[in-house]
Amino acid sequence: MADTAVGATTEPEHGSDPSRRDFIHIAAIAAAAGGAASLVWPFIDQMNPSADTRALASTEFDLTKVAEGQQVTIKWRGKPLFVRNRTKAEIAKAVADDSAAMKDPEKDAARVKPGKAQWLIVGGNCTHLGCVPTFGGGEYGGWFCPCHGSVYDTSGRIRKGPAPKNLVVPEYAFLSDTKVKIG
Amino acid sequence: MLRKLSVIAAVGLLTVGAAAPALAQHGALEPKDVHWSFEGPFGKFDQAQLQRGYKVYREVCSACHSLKLVSFRNLGDKGGPFYSEKYPNSNDNPYVKAIAKDYEVADIDSETGDAIKRPATAADRIPSPYANEAAARAGNGGALPPDMSLLAKAREGGPAHIYSIVTGYKDPPKGLKVGPGQHYNPYMAGDLSSYWSGSKEHVPPGGFIAMPPPLKDGLVSFDDGTKSTIDQQAKDVAAFLMWAAEPKLEERKQTGFAVLIYLLLLSGLLYASYKTVWRNESH
Amino acid sequence: MSGHSTYQPKTGFERWLDARLPIIRLGYDSFVDYPTPRNLNYWWTFGGILSLCLASQLITGIILVMHYTPSAQGAFASVEHIMRDVNYGWLIRYMHANGASMFFIAVYIHMMRGLYYGSYKAPREVLWLLGCVIYLLMMATAFMGYVLPWGQMSFHGAVVITNLFGALPLVGESITTWLWGGFAVDNPTLNRFFSLHYLLPFMIAGVVILHVWALHVVGQNNPTGVEPKSKADTVPFTPYATVKDGFAMSVFLILFAFFVFYMPNALGHADNYIEANPLATPSHIVPEWYFLPFYAILRAVPDKLMGVLAMFGAIACLFALPWLDTSKVRSMRYRPTAKVYFLFFVVACCILGVCGAKLPDDPVIPHLTTFQVMGSDLNSFVWLSRAASLYYFAFFLVVLPVLGLVEKTLPVPDSIASPALSAEAHKG
Repeated sequence: MADTAVGATTEPEHGSDPSRRDFIHIAAIAAAAGGAASLVWPFIDQMNPSADTRALASTEFDLTKVAEGQQVTIKWRGKPLFVRNRTKAEIAKAVADDSAAMKDPEKDAARVKPGKAQWLIVGGNCTHLGCVPTFGGGEYGGWFCPCHGSVYDTSGRIRKGPAPKNLVVPEYAFLSDTKVKIG
Repeated sequence: MLRKLSVIAAVGLLTVGAAAPALAQHGALEPKDVHWSFEGPFGKFDQAQLQRGYKVYREVCSACHSLKLVSFRNLGDKGGPFYSEKYPNSNDNPYVKAIAKDYEVADIDSETGDAIKRPATAADRIPSPYANEAAARAGNGGALPPDMSLLAKAREGGPAHIYSIVTGYKDPPKGLKVGPGQHYNPYMAGDLSSYWSGSKEHVPPGGFIAMPPPLKDGLVSFDDGTKSTIDQQAKDVAAFLMWAAEPKLEERKQTGFAVLIYLLLLSGLLYASYKTVWRNESH
Repeated sequence: MSGHSTYQPKTGFERWLDARLPIIRLGYDSFVDYPTPRNLNYWWTFGGILSLCLASQLITGIILVMHYTPSAQGAFASVEHIMRDVNYGWLIRYMHANGASMFFIAVYIHMMRGLYYGSYKAPREVLWLLGCVIYLLMMATAFMGYVLPWGQMSFHGAVVITNLFGALPLVGESITTWLWGGFAVDNPTLNRFFSLHYLLPFMIAGVVILHVWALHVVGQNNPTGVEPKSKADTVPFTPYATVKDGFAMSVFLILFAFFVFYMPNALGHADNYIEANPLATPSHIVPEWYFLPFYAILRAVPDKLMGVLAMFGAIACLFALPWLDTSKVRSMRYRPTAKVYFLFFVVACCILGVCGAKLPDDPVIPHLTTFQVMGSDLNSFVWLSRAASLYYFAFFLVVLPVLGLVEKTLPVPDSIASPALSAEAHKG
């Protein structure tokens, strides 16, 4: 063996075909690296929601529990969800503001299901940093976030404060007049 | 090197072989030899068999035995009895939903706080027939019907043991004192010498089991037209319980095959690389 | 770490870092340029395989903790949650459970290799002692890990092993109560075992670093037992040893994968799939296979305290080994008599393993009754384990000290390079 630092895997001075020998080493290293990389996926994916958590991802809710002008907060996917039975006045106020200047312009009709304008279902986390806003605060008759002062209107749209987006409307469908399936 | 390795392999195998019989159930007959579709490196569950097995569990076993680690949604999971490609999310599977709806589970009314019963959903675990262990014992003459979720892994012999037990009931031999509420079964683990009045050398194999023979010909009608014999019911329910205990078996074996092929290739490449590196060095 | 460094920083960054934290130099000197005896055989690849085992156990273990619940109420269910619901949970748990067995297979081969080639002799005593410490830590870790699924075998295994300490005179009872944190194995026991099971592998990793450090100070032993004398006796670690270790690891992984994917429960016990029940002990309680030889020694001795002492004595012999062997010749390759005794030692260990799995009073040869000695038939596993235990201790305490003084050894070669060539030629 040569006397110093033999780190490289090739020794061109020896006979046979050096490029073929290199290929074997490269193939072996590549195969080992590829195997290690595919083993990493299970180790990462295990941190994603497990099957039992995913199974709870949709929930059904009976709307008869919510009287007009009332709001029920339910827990969905571990987070609060506001189910609000809006009064006529609230709806009118939201529709009237449809063309006002907003950060995240959206029509009120687009945030409820057709013909079910009294039912507003929105995610209960402020789109700023995730705090739970309280209803009845702020100057727009909707929600007010105590953390950094974001103000939402009666349609859950952001009107003032640092939050960038309207309160999120989750995917949901009416199973009957009184029952919704969320998720 | 090769010679040495084979000697070592032989010693290892002998050791394992000598130690293994110790693990067999003491005093019981070896389980009957059954061929299962899920055996071997490419084994898969037979979905029709799992569906029949589920029906046997539902109509016979579930009267006393819980399956508390299995959720309804699992029945529609890949490899499960009611899996359908149309419903990759087992929560939407109509069979699963229909099965779940037939059960009631305890819940708390979110408004009144009262304890209520509601129809089960796909996400719920299969409810147990008894509220707790004491109730289960009281309902079965003091004996506890074991939970069946892991039964096929919790017994030596696995599904073959379950099959052997339910098909293996025999009239007790003359001279064996069988207590009330007990049944003789030669495949049950146990030691009968203190109940045996015959010679010490001929103690009958097996033990006592509190469960009476659970199956009868024609007891469960199979929807796919399979003849409903005791043997068929026993095989099907044993296969179903193997699925319940190890639902990832198919995925495991399929992944394993790919992994082994990969490792063989990698070993071949590394060996070639090793030979190349060392080709000019004596060692 | 030994000799002068041949590392030459190539880039500006390497030079900058080398002046501040010579970590590349350390890695280079330890795993690239490190002179390795050129005649190492495949038995020497198990060191690398063991580091792979440790890494695998650490990674899968840390992942399992993300999903496991360390409580008597929740442990069993959380393990099943991992098996059924967590993405790839079944794979990770089976890797961890079978990985423990693989770890022990590799460590036993590694120890037997050291024993055969005299790797414990001067100047490698500390290297060997550190290895023994790692082995002890491994046993403690494996035992506590086995308790965590809280199955029937977990629970009653914990009961039996913790009760061993009750054999100690005067303090025994207080020690078991202290270990349990109660009057029986229960939730507090599970919680502290969990905590320690998480801690000990990192201690193992720490001692492994010391072990490797010590190895690099004294250099690797080799099949001849003759220290390398010149450059002709060694090759650089990389690529020569790395590629060989890599190949051996890959072959070892085939065995590992075979267990994980095709017989993941073969090395465990069916009873451990039954949730712990303090009111009923499984009919046949045995430890995991890697503890069976010590379990057999424990049961071979009729007295409880003496049995416990014998079991710990069996491990103590390993620690004393460097000073028990009196032979001037390091490798048993040149000790024909010792070689035979060593072979019997391996067989005795295997026999002890088999005895540990059997009921003590069962006959070794079926249907044969001989005569009763001390309440057991001579044709029983308890007597077989007594004979094997006796040989185990005799090997350390009589054979190795005496044989070294009286045996006739074969001529030892002058250097690695010369006999390596001639041995190759003569093997064909």
